[in-house]
Amino acid sequence: MPPVPERKASFWSRLSESRNGLGFLFMLPAAVFLLFFLTYPLGLGVWLGFTDARIGDSGEWIGLENYIWLMDDPVFWLSVFNTVFYTFIASVLKFGLGLWLALLLNRHLPFKNLFRAIILLPWVVPTVLSALAFWWIFDSQFSIISWVLMKWGIISQPINFLGDPWNARASVIAANVWRGIPFVAISLLAGLQTIPQSLNEAAAIDGATPWQRFTKVTLPLLTPIIAVVMTFSVLFTFTDFQLIYVLTRGGPVNATHLMATLSFQRAIPGGQLGEGAAIAVAMIPFLLAAILFSFFGLQRRKWQQGAD
Amino acid sequence: MSKTVTDDHEGMDQFESRRRKIFVVWLPLLVFLFVLLFPFYWMAITAVKPNAQLTDYANHSPFWVVGPTLDHIKYLLFETSYPGWLWNTLVVAVCSTFLSLFASVFAAYAIERLRFRGARLTGLLIFLAYLVPPSILFIPLSVIVFQMGIFDSKLALILTYPTFLIPFCTWLLMGYFRSIPYELEESALVDGATRWQILTKIVLPLAVPGLISAGIFAFTLSWNEFIYALTFISSSENKTIPVGVLTELVRGDVYEWGALMSGALLGSLPVVILYSFFVDYYVSSMTGAVKE
Repeated sequence: MPPVPERKASFWSRLSESRNGLGFLFMLPAAVFLLFFLTYPLGLGVWLGFTDARIGDSGEWIGLENYIWLMDDPVFWLSVFNTVFYTFIASVLKFGLGLWLALLLNRHLPFKNLFRAIILLPWVVPTVLSALAFWWIFDSQFSIISWVLMKWGIISQPINFLGDPWNARASVIAANVWRGIPFVAISLLAGLQTIPQSLNEAAAIDGATPWQRFTKVTLPLLTPIIAVVMTFSVLFTFTDFQLIYVLTRGGPVNATHLMATLSFQRAIPGGQLGEGAAIAVAMIPFLLAAILFSFFGLQRRKWQQGAD
Repeated sequence: MSKTVTDDHEGMDQFESRRRKIFVVWLPLLVFLFVLLFPFYWMAITAVKPNAQLTDYANHSPFWVVGPTLDHIKYLLFETSYPGWLWNTLVVAVCSTFLSLFASVFAAYAIERLRFRGARLTGLLIFLAYLVPPSILFIPLSVIVFQMGIFDSKLALILTYPTFLIPFCTWLLMGYFRSIPYELEESALVDGATRWQILTKIVLPLAVPGLISAGIFAFTLSWNEFIYALTFISSSENKTIPVGVLTELVRGDVYEWGALMSGALLGSLPVVILYSFFVDYYVSSMTGAVKE
């Protein structure tokens, strides 16, 4: 039997010489991290959803009780409605405005790079801090928007931006769209720049109108990247937390509670970890739908480009 | 990687009349710019307005400031814990960025170049990990952080931020490694270089732009992070900027808008300055992550 150190050395050298062994070694730091801080919490979250855990009490298995309780909870259903509404309206607006901005920037303009740099600013600045600026812009008494509209004689008293349910929903959507446009616009711009101008020119020579060139040439070629960009956008909008937490904390009377903010409110200030986890788990089916959408978007892109 | 198209970008624009172009291009573009930038202007102008002018729209135009003051910023720096939050945010962002970059470089190289058995599946799992949002992880993570005894410490954030940074950086670096020609590595292998030498002497120097992109992007993501910092930190001296400004500067019903806006302005400056130096890296990492 060979001495131990030698065996160890040969083990290491064998490990680092084989492709799989070295691959395993190189993957180790990332894998350990993600398994312990991502996969395990994901499982723990699902488990917590089946328990009555509270802060400082690990709780006991109560089966589907949390979910049955949520089924009868009008606030939960209101938050589901708000989340879907918020995601849908904000995503449609972000897509429309973002595509428009991308098309504007795709033209031959002076200072194009400067414009591109400025446009990304809302996306770079921490959301919480820009949301604070929106909080001040949406102030019930001293809103600058109300002041300008009153000055122009359009309204006679300040708009109650965050105090009225539908105004509050519109306000948080506006702030979300403001923050999301740069991401959509710059990503779509990158996609537009891969479309050869010669295709557009050929279509123009064949007599296509600008609208036909847009719908028949540009849009089909852009579809794969639109699918990916919008999946990301939907994913981040659906799980949004920061904006709502700063602007309304879910108020007035839960009118702007999203599933993420409701889950936080029940779990951390409310102390009901189990119930909060159940609300978070209820978001997963929607996320899976978005991921599948993204997956098929990517597949289509590969198929369009031919074999990899 | 995207195929670069060399084509004259003037394209069809030359056929448009100047007047039409003003209405179709410049006017919408200026409206976009105004809307996207106004909140920052409003933030900046509020940060330097004396309290007397702040809400007195009748006597002072709200859009301008007469006799700007640094009182709000002085108050922030000398009478609140703001400098401490700034320091915490910096420490957490730098540590979690380096930790993530370290893990990501090895993982991306292994997936993309060693091609061990299951590499493709691992790549897909990394992508899926990137799609797991913090808002469904924060409750179980808070339980774990508490059990580990690192609740309310910077370490809690340094260890949890990589959950979203590692998948992002790995995914981005995979794209960069893919763009480095295989032949370089092959010839080094033939010359007898070890995998370690190939990684440190050939691949990493060539992937420096990718490392910078991933690094500054990860730094920005950690600087902006909110929900983990809000949940895992309870004492004022350990808070990060977004949490500190929101939870400590907002007191009662009388909002000190001047101090709040200077807090928001100062907290945004570091990432904006970083951004202004590395605009192209930002754009390439953002669009790269989407296009891959």
